[in-house]
Parts: sequence; structure tokens; C-alpha cells
Amino acid sequence: MVMDAVLSQYIDAYYLHIMVLIGINIILALGLNITTGVTGQLSMGHAGFMSIGAYTAAIMSIHLGMPFWAALLGGATAAAGFGFLLGLPTLRLEGDYLAMVTIGFAEIIRVFFLNFEPGGKAVGLSGIPEHTTFSLVWLLAIIVIVLNVKLLNSRIGRSFYAIRENEIAAEAAGINTTRLKVLSFMVGSFLAGLGGGLYAHYMTYIAPQDFGFMKSIEFLNMVVLGGMGSIPGTILGTVVLTIAPEMLRIVAEYRLLFYGGMLVLLMIFRPNGLLGDVRWYDIKKRWFGKEVKTWES
Amino acid sequence: MFIEQLVNGLTLGSTYALIALGYTMVYGIIQLINFAHGEIYMFGAFAGLLLVSVFGVNIFIALIGAMLFCMLLGMLIERVAYRPIRGKSSRLSALISAIGVSIFLSTLMALFRGTNTTRYPEIITIHTYHLGSLDLSSLQIIILVVSALLMVGLQLMIHKTRMGKAMRACSQDLDAASLMGINANRIISYTFAIGSALAAAGGVMVGIYYNAVWPYMGMMAGLKAFSAAVLGGIGSIPGAMIGGLTLGVLEILGVAYLSSSYKDAIAFGILILVLILRPQGIMGKKITKKV
Amino acid sequence: MGILTLEGVSQEFGGLLALDDISLNVEEEKIFGIIGPNGAGKTTLFNIITGIYTPTAGKVKYKETHINGAPPCDVARMGIGRTFQNIRLFSKLSVLDNVKVGCHGVTRAGFFHALLGLPAERMEEKEITLRSCKLLEMVGLYEKRMEYADNLAYGEQRKLEIARALALKPSLLLLDEPAAGMNTSEKVNLMEFIKEIRDNENLTILLVEHDMNVVMNICEQIAVLDYGRKIADGPPEEVKNDERVIQSYLGAEA
Repeated sequence: MVMDAVLSQYIDAYYLHIMVLIGINIILALGLNITTGVTGQLSMGHAGFMSIGAYTAAIMSIHLGMPFWAALLGGATAAAGFGFLLGLPTLRLEGDYLAMVTIGFAEIIRVFFLNFEPGGKAVGLSGIPEHTTFSLVWLLAIIVIVLNVKLLNSRIGRSFYAIRENEIAAEAAGINTTRLKVLSFMVGSFLAGLGGGLYAHYMTYIAPQDFGFMKSIEFLNMVVLGGMGSIPGTILGTVVLTIAPEMLRIVAEYRLLFYGGMLVLLMIFRPNGLLGDVRWYDIKKRWFGKEVKTWES
Repeated sequence: MFIEQLVNGLTLGSTYALIALGYTMVYGIIQLINFAHGEIYMFGAFAGLLLVSVFGVNIFIALIGAMLFCMLLGMLIERVAYRPIRGKSSRLSALISAIGVSIFLSTLMALFRGTNTTRYPEIITIHTYHLGSLDLSSLQIIILVVSALLMVGLQLMIHKTRMGKAMRACSQDLDAASLMGINANRIISYTFAIGSALAAAGGVMVGIYYNAVWPYMGMMAGLKAFSAAVLGGIGSIPGAMIGGLTLGVLEILGVAYLSSSYKDAIAFGILILVLILRPQGIMGKKITKKV
Repeated sequence: MGILTLEGVSQEFGGLLALDDISLNVEEEKIFGIIGPNGAGKTTLFNIITGIYTPTAGKVKYKETHINGAPPCDVARMGIGRTFQNIRLFSKLSVLDNVKVGCHGVTRAGFFHALLGLPAERMEEKEITLRSCKLLEMVGLYEKRMEYADNLAYGEQRKLEIARALALKPSLLLLDEPAAGMNTSEKVNLMEFIKEIRDNENLTILLVEHDMNVVMNICEQIAVLDYGRKIADGPPEEVKNDERVIQSYLGAEA
């Protein structure tokens, strides 16, 4: 696209690269935010769903010669499909089984791709056409953000929050909690698959080790740091945690130690993250002294 | 052939059972999946290694030393990462904190020791006994006997001592137990200590049995032991034992008769199947919600 | 035939009989009280009616439909709203959003409606907001609509729970100890309020309450439970003078 050509003239390639990664990560993190931040169902295999999207899209591009948009959609849909298969038995139960099941699932997926002939086994898959551009990533990221805002302010979005807050009360309000938990998990997986497809067509090379357990933890950190359930929070968390290891050597070297410690400290001192309990309403009221109208009779 | 695989399975399974007990005991009292439990097991394996290779102690001293070390570690984790959150925040927060501890501990060990595997020095000469067609190594006998002793000891402690009674009371109803004058914080702390000690014993024995320890060994073992605990019925102590043994046997038989490349998939497949067919596990009671 | 009938309902928990052969008949647009000492099985009865427990034996019939075994969300959609003894609000949501969630069972917009922002969806959203605000005004919480539910006072939280239950447009409303923790003047207000909503919304109300004053004042029929058994059932005057009720409340041969 024209815009990409113009941008590459004026912006350093390295910064452009980071910007693209931020865009892709925003899509992925917003997906996890729906499942874990909003609905309160801890998914620990986000990178696994990302890899399903990445491999499916890459294979559709390379081996089947499908157009890019079809490959992206195919990858995202495949990830959502697996989300459904995994979520249905797990989410109808009470308790935190999802976390364990998703870790196991992501491990199995990794082992599967390690032995998967069309995916190049452990060597990985190279020669993926480079279709993902800066403007495409950010166009999609903005669409995803807008749809997220719409979803979370709708009847379905409210019921996601209600499930996180109190499942029994949500049921008593007529919410089919199992169905909506599965839906929320599928939406999260769909976005993971979409992000995976974009990632594959940006890096042009993917391998099973790109999608390990620690990658899932990275996404979890983005959501938790920014504030669970908050869209601006998740975006902020993603930006900070995508840039930090690039800019700060100390963060890069002790990255995982830092991630682990951060989760514990956040949960003790600020379980709502940076922006989790900040609302537009309160900001407007404080700065403009305005009462937001919700009802005119 | 089959009998031999069965013994191998029971050996592996008894180590799963030791780890699963910690999951099930903690879950029984505070409904938390203690993610860091796998890392405690890993620290136990390394503590045993340190004692054996640096101090040159024998296997039993190493076992006891590692258990004592992990008792303290387990209590420390509970004190630092879980207690400040308990009662104040949601279960999700506690779970995330546990994941944080797990990552922190495994990376910490990786920074000290590198990510490669370390071999255990040969501390016992391994005899192989032939019983008819069955080959049984002295190491397998040690593992089976030590695990059995620990589990019997745990049962006695739970059912015969004052503290065991307090633990059972807490797992029935934590609030009611504290109203009856039981110091719930102390009981929770003890529960972590006991669970961690059992995991450490598992870690040392697995380290010697497979002759390898590495910083990320905790995650897979933890996941499998959790599957074992769910299979047996989460919250049930006999369930964790039966679940661990069953899982070990199924895994070894699966590798022997099906395929070895999907060894790790077996535990996970069982977890999913149990959750679909019988979520309360083998020994678990049907859970009734408190409203 | 009343709006809700129970026939021989029993509930067992691991060998313990929490409810033993309970039969009730709740007439339409009545205020029906259930009283009894602690542990008599009152809340268990509510949990059976709302589908949280499936009774071990017996039938629950609501408007000619058998509802035992139906999941709680379906029971709610049939028009049975409830509040909880130990308040269960969505504490990190605003007061207004709590009531809006309550509208879930009687609204339709789905996932794709929301993403596409169809006119029908936006219309429905407006209606939901309007109705929720009206309900909040009715319980006197409109001014606090943007507060977190967590920050409300105890009595206000109970009122919010009622508003949320009413958002479901129920025909039958189950109130579990609505007056708990309220002072005398709040209790008087609450009694007025309960009568008012019954009259205005053509509701049938089933309530569990400890406060005898409240129960005797507003209930038109009362059932008394003791150790899982029904020991009396009738209008307040009759129940008040029932030998067995006096015994179970005051102890045998006081």
C-alpha cells in the first residue's frame, strides 16, 4: 500500500518493526482480555491458539495458494473451532480447570507441530509470503478495538462481566453461563488465531518454539498489567510490555523472572492493574464536572 | 513383559501420587490450584542433588534434607504470595499470583543452573533382581517402599493426630473451623509444608530414577500430577494416591503399546476425558454448591 | 391451582435430609412467607425452586410446567426472579449495570447484533437503560447509579438486588431475608415497598424472613418449616396460634 511505502521513507525500520509487533500483540491481548479479563476464565494457552492460527494460515498460503484474507480468516476460524472443542467440556464445570487444560492443550499442540510434516517439524515453516504490512496490522487492530468496545458495552458483554463477578447471580438473571463462557473463550481464541496468521505473514518464518508456554504468559502479563477487563488498560499493557524488553536490556535479560515477579506483586498490591478500575465516567466528572446523562425522560 | 511394564508404571505413578497429594490437599482447603507446586518438586530435586553431590550424604539423608527444605519453601510461598491476597481478592487473583510464583522459581533456577539437564551422581549401586520373568531394580523397590511409607504416614497423620483433625475440619469449612478456635492460617501453612515435603520426596526420587534434573521439569510433572489429582477426585487424599498410580500405569502402558512420541499427551487426554465423563473423579463426592 | 406448587419435595445431602416431603401451594398475587428456625431448610427450598438443586424426590410446578431439573437460567427466563440471603451483586460493576444485567433474560440481542450495531440492538439497549433507570428510581438508587455496587451501604445493596430481580419482569419473586441487617424504619419502608411492587407489577412474592414482625404484617399466607418438615401452613393468625409452631420457636414446654 502507498502508506507503507511513505512510512518506510520517514520512519526507522526498527521502530516500524516494533510498531507492527505492538499492533499484532494488541489483537492477541484483546482476545485474552475477553476470556480472562472480562469473563474471568483463566486461559493459559493463548500462544497455542496463536500457533494454530499461524500454521493454518501459513499452510493455506503456501500449500494451497489461497488469498491472504482467506488464510487469515481460516487461521482464526480454526483457532476458534479448537477453542469450542476445548471449552465445552471444561467450562461447564465449576472451578479453575480451564487454566490447567489450556496449558496441557498448548503443550500438545506444540508437540504436534514438532512432528507435523507439512509444518516443517522442529525446523519450522519458512517461505511464508510477506503480506502483513504496517497499515494492514493497524487497520485490523483498530477494527478489533472498535468491535471490542461495542461488544463489551452490549448485552453479551455485560453478561461476560457478570459471569466474572458472580456466576450464581448471573444464572439467576437468566444468563446461560456455560454457553457464554464458551462463546467468550471462542472469541478469545479467534483473535489469537487472527494474530497468529498476521504474525506468520509478517515474520515469514514460524517454528513451534515461537509459541511456547512463556509466550502465553507474556499475553497474560499484558492483560494483567494494564487492568483486567479494561480495553485501554490492555492496550497500555501491551505497548509497555512489547517495548520494555526492546528498550531496557535489564528487562530483556531477566525477562521471565521479571514477568513472574510482576504477576505476584500486581496481584498483591494492584489486582486491578494500571487502568482496571479507571472509568471514563469518573475522569469526565473530575475534569469537566459533568454528570454523564444516562436517561432523559 | 506386561508385569514389568506394570511395575514401571507403578513406580512412576507413585511419584505422581506424591506430587498430586500436595495439589489435592491445598485445593481441599483453599480451593486454589497451587501452580507453583511443580516448582517446589523441582527445587526438591535440586536440593537433593546438592546434598548428594556437594555434601556426599546418602540417599535417605538427601531425601529428608530436601523434604525439610521444601517444607520451608512451601510455607514461605504461601506466606508471601498467597496469604496477602486471601479473602481480599478473587480466586482469579490468587491463581495468577500462583502462576507468577511458578515462573519466578523456574527462571530463578534456570539463571543459577542453566537450562540444561544435570545428571545425578551414582549414589546407590543398583542391583537387579530377577523374579521369574520380572526384572526389578533396587531403585524401584526404594521408590515404591518410600512412597508407600510416606502415604501411610500421611494417612496416620490426617486421621490420628490433632493437627490432622484440624486439617480435615478446615477442608470441610474453613470459616466454621476458624470460628471453633482453629488457627486457619497456621493449618493452611502446615498443609503447604506437608504437601511440599511430599513433592520434594517425589523430586529427589524422580531425579535419581531418570538420572536427570532440570529447571523446567516442574511444569510437565505438575500438570500430570494435577491430572492425577483430578482423576482421583480433587480434594480427596486417597483419590490422589489412586489417581497417581493409575496415571503412571496408563502412561507407561500407553508408551509401550501405542506410541512414545505422544507420551505427554496421555495424561492430558485423561484429564479431558475425566472432566467430560466424571468431573468428580474416582473418589470425589459430587460437589454441591454453597449458595 | 396456584402459580407455584410443590408436591412431596425432598432434598438429601450426603445422607442428611435437608427437606422432607414438602408440599406447598402458592396462590397468584399473594405474599407468601416461609419461616422457621435456622437450618430448617428455607434457603434450600429457594435453591430447589430456582433450579440450583435438583430435588431428590418430588415435583415442582410453575404455571403448569414441571421445573425440577431445569437449569437456573431457564427457570429465571420463565419468570422467577430471586435475591440472595448473602448478597450476591456484581460488585465491580456500576449500580446501573447491575440492573442492566438483570434485563438479560428478557432481552434478545446476540453477539453479532452487538458487533454490527444493528438498529434493533441499539433500540433494545436504549430500552434496557430506560427500564433500569426507572427501576433504580423506584428503589431510590437512581442518584447512585454510577457508583460501584460494592460501595453501597448494606440496605442499599439489598434494594439493588431487588431491582435487579425485578428487571427480569418476573411473575414470581423470591426474596431471601430481605430485611436482614435493616433497622426498624428501613424495615417499615421495605414492607411498604414489597406491598407496592406486588400491587403495581402483579407479582406473586415468596419470602423467607426471620423478622416475625415483617412476616406477620405483610404475608397473606405462611408456611413454617422445622428440621426440613413443614409443621404449619395457613394465614398469619392461624399460624401464630399453632401449638407446634409455638413449641418449635419457644422450645418444648416452656
